[in-house]
Amino acid sequence: MGAAKVLNAKGLACPMPIVKTKKAMAELETGQILEIHATDKGAKSDLAAWSASGGHELVDSTEENDVLKFWIKKG
Amino acid sequence: MPVNPITTKEIAQKVINKEAFFILDVRNEDAFSDWKVEGENITYLNIPYFDLLDGVEEILEQLPQDQDIVVVCAKEGSSIMVADMLSDEGRTVSYLKGGMKAWSEHLEPVKVGNLKEGGELYQFVRLGKGCLSYMIVSDGEAALIDATRMTDVYLDFAEEIGATIKHVFDTHLHADHISGGRKIAEATNAMYWLPPKDAQEVAFNYQPLEEGRDINIGNTTIIIQPLYSPGHTIGSTSFIVDDAYLLSGDILFIDSIGRPDLAGLAEDWVGDLRKTLYTRYKELSDELVVLPAHFMIIEELNDDGSVSEKLGTLFAKNHGLNIENEAEFRKLVTGNLPPQPNAYQEIREMNMGKINPDEEQQREMEIGPNRCAVR
Repeated sequence: MGAAKVLNAKGLACPMPIVKTKKAMAELETGQILEIHATDKGAKSDLAAWSASGGHELVDSTEENDVLKFWIKKG
Repeated sequence: MPVNPITTKEIAQKVINKEAFFILDVRNEDAFSDWKVEGENITYLNIPYFDLLDGVEEILEQLPQDQDIVVVCAKEGSSIMVADMLSDEGRTVSYLKGGMKAWSEHLEPVKVGNLKEGGELYQFVRLGKGCLSYMIVSDGEAALIDATRMTDVYLDFAEEIGATIKHVFDTHLHADHISGGRKIAEATNAMYWLPPKDAQEVAFNYQPLEEGRDINIGNTTIIIQPLYSPGHTIGSTSFIVDDAYLLSGDILFIDSIGRPDLAGLAEDWVGDLRKTLYTRYKELSDELVVLPAHFMIIEELNDDGSVSEKLGTLFAKNHGLNIENEAEFRKLVTGNLPPQPNAYQEIREMNMGKINPDEEQQREMEIGPNRCAVR
């Protein structure tokens, strides 16, 4: 997936993954994709809810070896 | 203005005392609607923390001036952030230390009563999840029933009152929470008892908990009588303690009855459930004080924070004990069931000793409310 930017939020506890995601997202253009790597389990539901409330699209997510990866398309 | 943490212990006291206070819950909406800190006089506002990153000005008007405000989130991180922001706006607020994770794990010990020949019965109320466990103490010896995975709480409590844990029981194989029974038994060299019909697949040694095998605690005459009472599970066993208390496990609650479906065998077990409730329990003394393994709603708490009611009162008032028509009863307990508890299959496997997840995974497995009852 063509991510315009990759954000490393591994090892960060809530609320930092979202705080950083929001900041990184602000630097992207509409339609571009941000790839996020996180380890905080809470990021799963929070990023989904944050995307929905902000008008972004959570395109995909995976979980491998305790690392959660998300691809969010800026709305 | 500094932001102060409030402990789960302090929140528990507020809930038990029915204090009025305000909770600003900053978890996402799904999490909040699934479960929250419950209390009779709590007012809530749910705004996810990620909607407040740009500032809290918009919600200031929605916060009361005349009530304590507690900011709550999953693990405390986001609640500290929001509480700091509110503090910067001149508001005095506190945050729940450890968040909902800690609330889910808090146990509040409440003395239920004295035993006839000396000794006490304590109920451990897990307010965040509705689980109830018990310690029976007599003459320096203790028995534990349906202990949760927060094993230190029981070990510390026993040490504090100078009692040695001799017996550890589970009334059945739990599906909604992880049992601490085996771990406590291992730590104290106590005997761990399980109903054999629930333990056919377990990967460890245990003492078979069977009717007719009375167990004594202390040197006095505190008798724990197991009473086979299937229905929630095939092995479910109640206890009559000191001829005064009926520990009903997940068979009978204060305002509801057990559900028979968590092992996928609702149709098979519904007959057992009816027989236990309508025949076996009916034969017992109305004066027995029922002590269940769960409560469902916060209104079930007595004024001292305990959860109990006389059996005779339950036969008069509990809807689940008053369904004359068997077909209707069958319909209630097999149709329209509430959602199953989170991760209930894994929890059963863990309680059978088949899997061994780490502590963080155990917490995740237990997230959310318990759902063991039907009304």
